[in-house]
Amino acid sequence: MSCCAPGTEGALELLGALPSAEELMLSARDLGDGRKQTDLGVPEVYCGACIATIEKALHDLPSVERARVNLSTKRVSVVWRDVVNGEVTDPVEIVRTIVTSTGYSAHLFNDAEEASDAMKAKLLRGVAVCGFAAANIMLLSVSVWSGADASTRDMFHWISAMIAAPALIYGGRFYYQSAWNAVRRGRTNMDVPIALAITLSYVVSLWETMNHGQHAWFDATVSLLFFLLIGRTLDHLMRERARASISGLARLSPRGAMVLGADDSREYRPVSDIRPGDRIAIAAGDRIPVDGVVESGASDLDVSIVNGESAPHPVSTGDAVQAGMLSLTGSLVLRATAAARDSFLSEIMTLMEAAEGSRAGYRRLADRVAQVYSPAVHLLAITAFLAWGIFGGDWKHAMLIAIAVLIITCPCALGLAVPVVQVVAAGRLFKNGIMVKDGSAMERLANVDMVVFDKTGTLTVGRPRLLNAGEVNAQNMTLAAGLAAHSRHPLSQTLYTRHTGVVPSFENVEERPGEGLQGFVDGRCYRLGSRRFACGSDHIGGAASSEVVLSVDGAELATFRFEDRLRAGSEAAIRDLHSRHLSTAILSGDRAAVVERMARRLSLDTWQADLSPRDKTDAVTAFAADGCKVMMVGDGINDAPALRAAHVSMAPATAADIGRQAADFVFMHESLSAVPFAHDMSRRAGSLIRQNFGLAIGYNVIAVPIALAGYATPLIAAVAMSTSSLIVVANALRLNHMRAGEKEVIRAESADLDMAPEARTA
Amino acid sequence: MNMLIYLIPVALFLGALGLGAFLWSLRSGQYEDLDGAAWRILSDDKPEDG
Repeated sequence: MSCCAPGTEGALELLGALPSAEELMLSARDLGDGRKQTDLGVPEVYCGACIATIEKALHDLPSVERARVNLSTKRVSVVWRDVVNGEVTDPVEIVRTIVTSTGYSAHLFNDAEEASDAMKAKLLRGVAVCGFAAANIMLLSVSVWSGADASTRDMFHWISAMIAAPALIYGGRFYYQSAWNAVRRGRTNMDVPIALAITLSYVVSLWETMNHGQHAWFDATVSLLFFLLIGRTLDHLMRERARASISGLARLSPRGAMVLGADDSREYRPVSDIRPGDRIAIAAGDRIPVDGVVESGASDLDVSIVNGESAPHPVSTGDAVQAGMLSLTGSLVLRATAAARDSFLSEIMTLMEAAEGSRAGYRRLADRVAQVYSPAVHLLAITAFLAWGIFGGDWKHAMLIAIAVLIITCPCALGLAVPVVQVVAAGRLFKNGIMVKDGSAMERLANVDMVVFDKTGTLTVGRPRLLNAGEVNAQNMTLAAGLAAHSRHPLSQTLYTRHTGVVPSFENVEERPGEGLQGFVDGRCYRLGSRRFACGSDHIGGAASSEVVLSVDGAELATFRFEDRLRAGSEAAIRDLHSRHLSTAILSGDRAAVVERMARRLSLDTWQADLSPRDKTDAVTAFAADGCKVMMVGDGINDAPALRAAHVSMAPATAADIGRQAADFVFMHESLSAVPFAHDMSRRAGSLIRQNFGLAIGYNVIAVPIALAGYATPLIAAVAMSTSSLIVVANALRLNHMRAGEKEVIRAESADLDMAPEARTA
Repeated sequence: MNMLIYLIPVALFLGALGLGAFLWSLRSGQYEDLDGAAWRILSDDKPEDG
């Protein structure tokens, strides 16, 4: 679907598309004075027309004061009044407006995110101040080098000293704090030599100035600090952005639940406040927040999150249910048996953390190098100082050489080598709808040799597709659509949405969980549901597809067969992976017949079916034990431990919250071509990182002997070090201009062949 | 030398103006949404507040 598409009301009928009013109220930030602010994610916006459409549609609502779309972070921020002209606002209206005006989905974020990243602002201000200082001091230095007379030179030196001092303190405070923290514990880190270098060079320059000396190195000090801060800012951006973007997505997690009091009063409470023994009301379409037992009511539950089964599972009084299941057809009253943190979800998280421990052994390359580097640098500087002092006799000269050594060995280029490539790669991935959690994920992805997929929700979109539409006559289709309109069951939704035009109205429509729908027209009883419910006869054989039967007065009218729709680009993506010599497999909790058919269709190398979450983890571990480095692509809670156990993992944005948090990559567009694309980018990033390391180390190898031999003044050292940083950054930027070997990730277009014609794009 | 007495402060002042402008732009969120800003200049609608 493209934005600005008319007739996209069909999108609303999809299951669970909108958050409830209570959820929106709970998560809105109160700005005081009756105004509230809500931030929603709209990952599918991509152009100016989307901005204009959304903002205009929202401004037309009387309750909205201000709405602004941020195209870079793909969010919309809405300020609204909760009471307008005496009427209380229904915040769901806001979300509905966004969905109907563009056809895109909008969702709430997980926690109230701080709009401002305080550290980033501090770093940027530091960079700005040091840049200002460096430029102005350089201005004065140029005139000094061009031959100013002694008194002018002195004055310029003093002015430089006065500009440099505040810049040093303001910009250098990050390094001073970090160095102090490390030294206090008796250790050194990368910031200690930097802090030493800048302080010493300032002190020596000041001493020189006071003695009317000829040379001062304030320019070296401050420009050194300037480039160092740029590197630090880039590194920070990489880590913070990745972390924030992943945790910010929240699509399916219930934020709260309706708790019933002893006197049947209803109160909407956050999930964390629910205690065992509380009675919770679950409406059709709500997700169950905590483990519990059904006290009253009956419904069909979508248990795909727990075991990957696509068929809904009927429950009634006395059945136990688990957190994460979605109630489809009926309302239930549950008695909670566990608090949120003790529920099934948390068990899965504990499993994940156990697997996490084994992954902590993989430390990032840069950190490993850093451990050895810092003490080595100090040693070198002290040696140079002592050697030149003792053998040369000129202690001031020795001090300058030691400073030059400290500056030139400054690990700026080395420290930049990895983050700058990762920032550029992450940016390129983000432009293609893929979010990466941290840089090590890309390093790991570059050396996988096997890709394992989950079936439901990963290879398929979790929305069933009607297979035999051609066999059913139009009148039966209309009847089925009319009856199906009354249910939220995914199969009913499919039947309803693909129909256009008028549907007959039924009387006394009744939905029986686990069986189907029943309605009356002209006294005749129509049933739509399982074969046993509709015709009384039993289902024959284990077909590889789901079946729904329409009958009138017990006689069969039509049979509808459904299959889960394949994600766009799946076949092309698998072929791509094969061409890169990666083996593929599918692990699923669904029935063997269905899984085998899918594996054959996509020509996957291996398939396994009927797996529980633990079985999946075991399968992944077995692959790993064979020496394969496994990449797992999965979406549900049942995949989460397997996602963690794999070498690297990826989840679609439609995944459950847990799946998204467990995965290293999250792809937002529908197409599966995100997988080979991410792999391609990671490979290229890896090679660029190696080139950068080569450049940085090569620079050190050349520059350090020069400094030791006494040929480098601090200024030359600062310039050389900055140049190496610039070379490393320029090399990393090459990633932006590399053509992806294959096409860029295709935005999902035509996968919805079943949508009614009005809902399709122009 | 006489000229330098006022020329150098002028230069520093102009530099400080630039610095102040950058810090203001950072604080007022000019860099929040670069992609969106690129598209908004092409919009034909009447300008809105904020």
